[in-house]
Amino acid sequence: MYHALLFLHVLSAFLLVAGVVIYTAFVLGSPVNRGVRLVAEILWGVGGLGVIVFGIWLALNRPAYEIWDGWVIAALVLWVLMMGSGTQVSKHVQPTEGDAAPQIERRAKFAHWMRVAYVVLLLIDMVWKPGA
Amino acid sequence: MSAVTTLASATRDSSWDLPLFVHILGAMVLVGALTLSAVALIAAWRSGSASLTKLGFMSLFYGALPGYVVMRAGAQWIAHKEGLDNDGVDLSWINIGFSVSDMGFLLLIVSLVIGGIAVRRINRGEGGSPSTSARIATGLISLFLIACLVAVWAMTTKPA
Repeated sequence: MYHALLFLHVLSAFLLVAGVVIYTAFVLGSPVNRGVRLVAEILWGVGGLGVIVFGIWLALNRPAYEIWDGWVIAALVLWVLMMGSGTQVSKHVQPTEGDAAPQIERRAKFAHWMRVAYVVLLLIDMVWKPGA
Repeated sequence: MSAVTTLASATRDSSWDLPLFVHILGAMVLVGALTLSAVALIAAWRSGSASLTKLGFMSLFYGALPGYVVMRAGAQWIAHKEGLDNDGVDLSWINIGFSVSDMGFLLLIVSLVIGGIAVRRINRGEGGSPSTSARIATGLISLFLIACLVAVWAMTTKPA
């Protein structure tokens, strides 16, 4: 059970990061194709949901971990911040016609790079598990 | 050997955290860039867009290749720290990981060469449909992505 949950948790994290990588291309000036953006949204949504659901399930399943451990709480806070930034980016990055590069507001770009920072911090938290 | 397996799967020395972080970060960038490439190239088949074709191949060069190097360096680093890079070590999950990595590198290089030629044609304005090179590269990249899925399964479940 533990290994299956861990696989689904890590797989979800990979899907989430794939969504972030696609959005990074948009923020760096790639054309925002409707289909490519839709795939990024699906990866981001499914990955984000999977990470939290399987992550909490793992914490409950594993006797060594508790949901109120500092690193688990830090992960939950980072997840909320990450999803908040992601929602802001999704609102502002809309498909463009043809090959034109999108006009993305500075605020949305900032939100995207904050999301990248939250993802990296989450990974650091998951690997080092401070306080565990 | 079973002791090594148990140790590797159950507990982790804190000195392995940095190489593990490097390995996972590289793998995530690699998979993300491969996904971007595949999706952009599929979109390019349908629209015939030169910029999507370029995006598909550039993401391999600027995302997947550096991600691969970081992932592989992290893998070698942690394998060395865990003493899993000896010839005597024969663990399925390690073998799967290295096989996927080696095969993936080959697929990545072939895709990069195909992409390099296609992008050069686009930049020279030689025209022509990018769909053939895009289709071949999408097939190779998709194969690598499926192999990455198997590697993630092997790394997390660690079959004996």
